[in-house]
Amino acid sequence: MGLKRNVSLATGLRYKGQGPMLTYVLHRIGGLGMAVFITMHILASFVGGNIGGFINSIYENGIFQILMFFCVLFHAINGLRITILDLWPKLLQYQREAMWVEWAVFIPIYGLAVFVIIRASLGN
Amino acid sequence: MTATKPKSLPLSKRGLNFEMMMWMFTRLSALAMYAFILLALIGALIMGARNQMTFADVMRWAFMPNPHHVHSTDVPDLGPWESPYWKLVAIGLLLIATAHGVHGLVVIADDYIVSPRGRLLVRWLSIATVIVMSLIGIYIIWLG
Repeated sequence: MGLKRNVSLATGLRYKGQGPMLTYVLHRIGGLGMAVFITMHILASFVGGNIGGFINSIYENGIFQILMFFCVLFHAINGLRITILDLWPKLLQYQREAMWVEWAVFIPIYGLAVFVIIRASLGN
Repeated sequence: MTATKPKSLPLSKRGLNFEMMMWMFTRLSALAMYAFILLALIGALIMGARNQMTFADVMRWAFMPNPHHVHSTDVPDLGPWESPYWKLVAIGLLLIATAHGVHGLVVIADDYIVSPRGRLLVRWLSIATVIVMSLIGIYIIWLG
């Protein structure tokens, strides 16, 4: 408790951690995005009425769905990689390869989902 | 590329405190959420989702098996979807996801809030958030 890191935000942004840093940042963004959306969704359903209906109607928007599904899917797949590597630490020496597998799983599923969302938004 | 062998201490030398328990909980709850989502997905397919729901509707049900997520589909009879079994599954998923999510927020907050008083405040706020959001969620799932 009370640990000082003495690293400013600007220094943090200049840190070039490449692939692992990217997954770390996206995992945080995805987690924060889900926390905000799901909290809003639960509260809106609880409040109901015009306000709740308006907040929940944002969820129908295609662009919002594309962003939200990125958060959910990336957080889920990256979280599974973290879980597997952490629960079986012997696999940690293959973490670079695990990240390639992660992107190989993420990109086709996310691409398919974006295709489906766009097709639904266009009304087909 | 030379692979470096990871160093890890045995559990007896690492100690087992609350932070370690929550670290473990984060990973195990992730696996549990995968199990819950698969369960809801298989359940939806058994209850006839293949012919009566779109892919997006099935995924919406899988991420939270709440009958409200089935209202806008072609499912003729909501009976099996509204059963207490699915409400219990939904509440289980809700409780695990709330605890996992709020703990994640605490981990992020700890990177920016470093004073002992600030961290204590974050912890009390997180406990209050878990309790309030769990109660609201249970209310919506069971009575909504």
